[in-house]
Amino acid sequence: MSDLDQFRQDTRAWLAENCPKEMRKPVKGFEDACWGGRNPEYSCPEQKLWMDRMASRGWTVPTWPKEYGGGGLTKAEAKILKSEMRRISARNPLSSFGIWMLGPALLKFGNEEQKLEHLPPIARGEIRWCQGYSEPGAGSDLAALATKCEDKGDHFLVNGQKVWTSYADKADWIFCLVRTDFEATKHTGISFVLFDMETPGVEAKPIKLISGRSPFCETFFEDVKVRKDNLVGELNKGWTIAKYLLTHEREMIGGMSEEMRPISEITAASIGLVDDKLADPMLRAKVAETEVDEWAYMMTLTRKLAEAKAGASLGADSSMLKYYGTELNKRRYELMMDAAGHDGLEWEGERSKDGDLARMWLRTKGNSIEGGTSEVQLNIISKHILRLPGA
Amino acid sequence: MGLVLNEDEKMLAETAEGFFADKAPAKQLRKLRDDRDETGYDKGLWQEMADMGFAGILIDEDHGGVNMGYMAAGLVAEQMGKNLTASPFLSTAILAATALNQAGSAEQKTAWLPKIAAGQAVMSFALEEGVKHNPAATNMSAERSGNGFKLNGQKGMVIDGHVADQMIVVTRTSGQAGDMDGLTLFLVDPKTKGIDIERTQMVDSRNAARIEFDDVEVNADAVLGEVDNGGDVLKAVLNAGRAAVAAELLGTGGEAFRQTTDYIRERKQFGTEVGSFQALQHRSAHLYSEMEIARSAVLAALTALDMDVKGAELPVAMTKAKLGQVAKLAGLEGVQMHGGVGMTDEYDIGLYLKRIRVAQELFGDSNYQMDAIARMKGY
Repeated sequence: MSDLDQFRQDTRAWLAENCPKEMRKPVKGFEDACWGGRNPEYSCPEQKLWMDRMASRGWTVPTWPKEYGGGGLTKAEAKILKSEMRRISARNPLSSFGIWMLGPALLKFGNEEQKLEHLPPIARGEIRWCQGYSEPGAGSDLAALATKCEDKGDHFLVNGQKVWTSYADKADWIFCLVRTDFEATKHTGISFVLFDMETPGVEAKPIKLISGRSPFCETFFEDVKVRKDNLVGELNKGWTIAKYLLTHEREMIGGMSEEMRPISEITAASIGLVDDKLADPMLRAKVAETEVDEWAYMMTLTRKLAEAKAGASLGADSSMLKYYGTELNKRRYELMMDAAGHDGLEWEGERSKDGDLARMWLRTKGNSIEGGTSEVQLNIISKHILRLPGA
Repeated sequence: MGLVLNEDEKMLAETAEGFFADKAPAKQLRKLRDDRDETGYDKGLWQEMADMGFAGILIDEDHGGVNMGYMAAGLVAEQMGKNLTASPFLSTAILAATALNQAGSAEQKTAWLPKIAAGQAVMSFALEEGVKHNPAATNMSAERSGNGFKLNGQKGMVIDGHVADQMIVVTRTSGQAGDMDGLTLFLVDPKTKGIDIERTQMVDSRNAARIEFDDVEVNADAVLGEVDNGGDVLKAVLNAGRAAVAAELLGTGGEAFRQTTDYIRERKQFGTEVGSFQALQHRSAHLYSEMEIARSAVLAALTALDMDVKGAELPVAMTKAKLGQVAKLAGLEGVQMHGGVGMTDEYDIGLYLKRIRVAQELFGDSNYQMDAIARMKGY
């Protein structure tokens, strides 16, 4: 038996023994996921048990090095772990911006002390992070950000405001883009800093969205003292890290459509079939069209990732994937609402799970805005791929 | 999965790219059109394509081919699409070769495959009868008569029908219009008594014909495959044809897009390049995204064909559906973004628009494919 076969066998046995049965059901949306943190909200005790067991093996972050709380797995082993988890419908043990975003940035740009201080608590789900990027005057034009960070000798002093900070009211720490040089051109005076959300002067106010939910906050900083060793990378070079993370974020948002239930199945379950055809012929045509695009999009994700693995950089194609994937996801939810008809319009009550579909539908409208709007992605493609003049 | 080309495939694509750009660019199609060339293709070029191995790309070595498979055939088709190359590649090297590979007797294969591979025979595939693609509706009759069959009916949109040395004709021997059962394929000599061939001049200046069959007598050994069981062979041929046309559309649409972005980078109005306007940039960037998505579909369909010609129906239908839409968008945006010159015959973009219109229609347009996909998936 090869090492990988052995690994698969051991992993399967360990998962069978350690994954609680409550954790073998699909997560119902972002809020039902396990986010960890200092003030964790577990939907059931098994959620914590599952997270702790996985963390004990480093499998909340399977490919991170062991010294930083990871599993030290090779890509091939991580793939096996993923497929074995999928086999038993095991939930992701820990959802976290620390894992998805800060971790990769620290692994690439952080110093040894920073990695040792911050990565293991992320892996164990002890510290929940949020991302401080957008500001009221810096949305699509992110580099226009103005949150001020001054060097006060033994510390930095941060003043300003962030907006669209995901779960800032629930986060323990923030990774934040700040302006450290107001004289420099806008991309060159930005730095990347980390600080505790309990630091005096930090305040997070949830924003109520059209979905009625509040996954985002406005976050205010008034004379917030930041330890100088919490500067990641070089002073004024934070834009490099920001770009790296944005690329990461775009791939993540664009790639969310992986392994979804076929839209034809969902619509058929809702409006039914007549003579083996979806009851509404016009909807049927749109569903087929969307399934073609979803398939071709998945093929494109596979192709681009394979090309990237073979050495070609994904580059501005991450904008293409983000643009196409998010627009596709919006179309998908429009079709689901079309098919759900009157039932899809219910906003409260048990039958609709408090308007779950309607709220999800509304939430997807943000997909093509967050992480750079579709229009910004199209600008990036025009400039960096098509090399159109003045773009 | 074959979504990223290997070294051999890259080399083939580069070879084909150089070959067609050099030997058969769009201006050659113009010349064939303007000279009102009787054959509608360049025989010398077809011979060179055969020498390159392109004519025998799906034919095994025992029959004189190079047996490189559908991925390779698609890469060649893409380059032909890019250059609007007129040749019997689709009718002969793809459709006829697939039909013979799938259903030909040893004698039939020996009689025709080496000739195809050597560039010595052009073959056409006569299927369509109505204004829209609908293979199950085949109504042309073949009735038993003496030792053979008597063929009656009419066919249209027969690619290379007026220059073919042999044709494969899809007929109905039992059942009724609407059934894929009861179809029979025949190998027919176009010079047989009772056959009337009219070359149809098409919008893309490429070759097609209408053919009438009036009591055409053929021997029993003219049957390709089994009597009444031609449906399966037909499905394989259509899978191959749809994927090849999709690959061609990838080339045609991609080249239309390239010419258009080149044009808007240079063309000045209001004192600046029109390509600097966001109205054009966003549409171009959207089209770029669609072309990338379309390329993945083509590669996936060709990979599926190489695994199982008959079983690749779903990915091939999805790909033909997608390419029909995306290439069409490339043609439409191409003419619009070229502005006034896009309407002139002098610029090539109009030739691309026309070829795309024909290719999107071949073997089922996007609407046809979408319907087929829904059926295959049970809704």
